[in-house]
Amino acid sequence: MKTIELAEAVAKIPDGATLMIGGFMGVGTPERLMDEIVRQGKRNLTVIANDTALPGKGIGKLVDAKLVGKTIASHIGLNPETQKQMIAGTMQVDLVPQGTLIERIRAGGCGLGGVLTPTGVGTVVEEGKQKVEVNGKTFLLESPLRADFALVHAFLADYHGNLSYALTARNFNPVIAMAADTVIVTAENVVPVGVIAPDHVITPGPLVDFLVAH
Amino acid sequence: MDAPTIIAKRIAQELREGMLVNLGIGIPTLVANYVPPGIHVYFQSENGLIGTGPIPEHGMEHPMLTDAAGKPVTALPGACTFDSATSFGLIRGGHVDMTVLGGLQIDAHGHLANWVIPGKMVPGMGGAMDLATGAKHVIVAMQHTAKGKPKVLNKCTLPLTTIKPVDMVVSELAVIAFPDGRATLMETAPGVSVEQVAAATECELAIATDLHEMRL
Repeated sequence: MKTIELAEAVAKIPDGATLMIGGFMGVGTPERLMDEIVRQGKRNLTVIANDTALPGKGIGKLVDAKLVGKTIASHIGLNPETQKQMIAGTMQVDLVPQGTLIERIRAGGCGLGGVLTPTGVGTVVEEGKQKVEVNGKTFLLESPLRADFALVHAFLADYHGNLSYALTARNFNPVIAMAADTVIVTAENVVPVGVIAPDHVITPGPLVDFLVAH
Repeated sequence: MDAPTIIAKRIAQELREGMLVNLGIGIPTLVANYVPPGIHVYFQSENGLIGTGPIPEHGMEHPMLTDAAGKPVTALPGACTFDSATSFGLIRGGHVDMTVLGGLQIDAHGHLANWVIPGKMVPGMGGAMDLATGAKHVIVAMQHTAKGKPKVLNKCTLPLTTIKPVDMVVSELAVIAFPDGRATLMETAPGVSVEQVAAATECELAIATDLHEMRL
């Protein structure tokens, strides 16, 4: 784990990169990274996240600045700007059931070849997917997801990069921290080693590549 | 009593001690206001919380304690938080005893469409497909008609949410269940006749042998 300045962290992200971004309606999203991506004007990004929050908040800032070429998300209903860009054809949106999306990310992070889920069987979600029968039940084979970068927001980060999260700001964060080539973290508080008890560490430090300095 | 209140009060009667319950947004959320006295249930918010409490007083909001719509909530004593994979493991794994979801259409066999109107409203399914597929007991809370047109149909014209039939539909006019895969009128709202329900419903309704009025 390396401590890094905000601008330097975002400079590592090339145009066209695939980003997994933590947060649920902007709660638990690394806002400083969002602001800096907008400032540096990264283009044609692919975003994998639960949702695109609201205009002016979290991932919504990237959408407002028209930096996103493709989104893989479960819900965009509360961001009219995402819907506008989708309808205009300037942003491709793949909608994935939330439980399937998080399991595809988990599979990507855990070295699994995919997920078998009953969700979506017999609906438009099954189109183009292999169906697998196990013990008489039908499942969809959903492929794993990985990204170039995971942008994670934690509550506590210690000097070794061990992370813990607060309340409902955890959501996708610890799962995406497993599924990207490079993991960049912002934290509400950076604390000495030992402040987070070993049993309370949710994301193990060795997963974290860069901890953004305050 | 307005339609949402009738629906929420009737659904709340389905709650049992110790249940883990997930409420969708809209009318389903109101069910939490009518938990029968003496019963304790756990409300899950799929963004990673069990023990969701009422909306906080002004000035007592926590920016990292929110519901599935991103709005501030409180957490009750005994609450716990977890990541989205665990949250949907609870849902898909059959650990959630009951979910209450909104509905756009229901067909004669209990198939639900509630997540998209192609070309008009494309918000994404969020957690709806997992909830409707994985929760042990699925109840749909919806107004019986939309702009005067029935929502309980022979066949859904909108894309389905799941092929697993729902257990019960509660509207301001009626309770409909699907024993043997067939839409069956179980209860009518106070002052509503069977004929009124039938007139507002496209599909044919079987009549339960113990048909009675909702006891609100």
